[in-house]
Amino acid sequence: MDFSWIHDPFYQSYFWQGFVNTLMLVAISGFFGFILAVLNALAQVKGPRPLAWLAKGYTTVIRGTPLLVQLFFFYDGIGRLLPMIDGIRQSIIWPLLTNAFFFGCLTFTVSVGAYAGEVIRGAMASVPKRELETAKAFGMSSWKILWRIWLPRAIQICLPTLTGEIILLLKSVPLVSTIAVVDLLRAANIVRSETFLVYEPLLLVAGIYVALTVVLTWVMHTIEKNFPGAKPQKSALFSRL
Amino acid sequence: MGQRTSAAPKKGKKTLHGYQSEGLADWAGPLLQGTLTTLEIALAAYAIGILLGLMGALAKLGKVRVLAVIASAYSTIVRAVPELLLIIILFYAGTQALTALMNALGTDGRTEVSGFVAAIAVLAFVQGAYMTEVFRGAILAIPKGQLEAADAYGMTAFMKFRRITVPAMLPNALSGMSNLWLILIKDTALVSVVGFEELFFTAQQAAASTNKYFTFYAIAGVTYLMLTMASNAVFSKAEKLARHGQARS
Repeated sequence: MDFSWIHDPFYQSYFWQGFVNTLMLVAISGFFGFILAVLNALAQVKGPRPLAWLAKGYTTVIRGTPLLVQLFFFYDGIGRLLPMIDGIRQSIIWPLLTNAFFFGCLTFTVSVGAYAGEVIRGAMASVPKRELETAKAFGMSSWKILWRIWLPRAIQICLPTLTGEIILLLKSVPLVSTIAVVDLLRAANIVRSETFLVYEPLLLVAGIYVALTVVLTWVMHTIEKNFPGAKPQKSALFSRL
Repeated sequence: MGQRTSAAPKKGKKTLHGYQSEGLADWAGPLLQGTLTTLEIALAAYAIGILLGLMGALAKLGKVRVLAVIASAYSTIVRAVPELLLIIILFYAGTQALTALMNALGTDGRTEVSGFVAAIAVLAFVQGAYMTEVFRGAILAIPKGQLEAADAYGMTAFMKFRRITVPAMLPNALSGMSNLWLILIKDTALVSVVGFEELFFTAQQAAASTNKYFTFYAIAGVTYLMLTMASNAVFSKAEKLARHGQARS
């Protein structure tokens, strides 16, 4: 085992860049993916028929195909067709459309929207009917019920599952190394090709991922514990009875 | 666009891998072959993964301390490291180790492990870690009394395992197992990164040599989708069968 290359500032900068890109990918696609997931779940649970079907179809297709294939489909498949659109090269978004990092974010967002959407849809279905009826009895409008009761309760129910989904998102980040985004795996591959070390850089990346998984799990558990109404408030309940 | 290129010779030139680079029809055969390869490595890895998972779960639940520690280290570490990273590490390490092993056992000392075997071994190793957790949970969900009854009847450990534990935990394990099968089918695409020729690798070659990226990636996607949807149908049938003797909740 030879880890002397770690002291080289040149390799350090690659690993740092890969580390930052990894976190940014998780943060950006986690954020937008979650919004997409809520919209997806809403469309399936509450939307008009055609919209519900569309959302169901989107979820089935994304969940039924490999993420790697989706990544190549967006980056190479659609990315190569884009220049054929007239005037797109002059538009402001063109720099974005030639950026591999952007396609990574796009693919992961679409993926999270489908996987987390399915989780949230299931959780929305398992919110006790009585609570929704109570809200209705209080005279809440259906949007208010959705916003104040249904969605928060659903997310509270499925938060542990969503934690798992975020870990899965983190673990799928190395895929972007195949479309020339500098993530940790690509940084390791650069070191490997220059130092001819087969395992050491990869083992370092594996170690970083284990550490990141532990930290992320801890962060999510803290959020779960502090989520409104997460603790079973037995004492308060019994004192009122 | 199409008009201008039609002046070029009708027959596409030979590509690196010897296929004609003309159009969709020429790639139908290779793509079908790739699909079969994908199915083969998935099925083999699944079978080995189930065995690894059973062993892991028994080791984790068993009384032998060393085995329990090894099994939980295996399932924890493998599940914390990204699949692609594991596949790359194991592909190199596994090929080396298997080659060394076969050389040690083998006759002439120049045995090379094929990509096919390496792909199956790597996917099975990853699958086994997840399977360990599925089986562990399913075995824990068996009512204690059933296992104690088996002991009371004087069954040997193996007989208890074969006649009681496996049939009783199977209904609990099936939904997890079906999830893992779907994940496995999708994970087979990852071995294309280390250059193994399965469905997605073939689709990449087809896309690159015909310059029809959109079409071939869409075809690959649809093929995977058909595989996963067909699997879903099979598993929901299997779950109904396995739950045959269970009380309905």
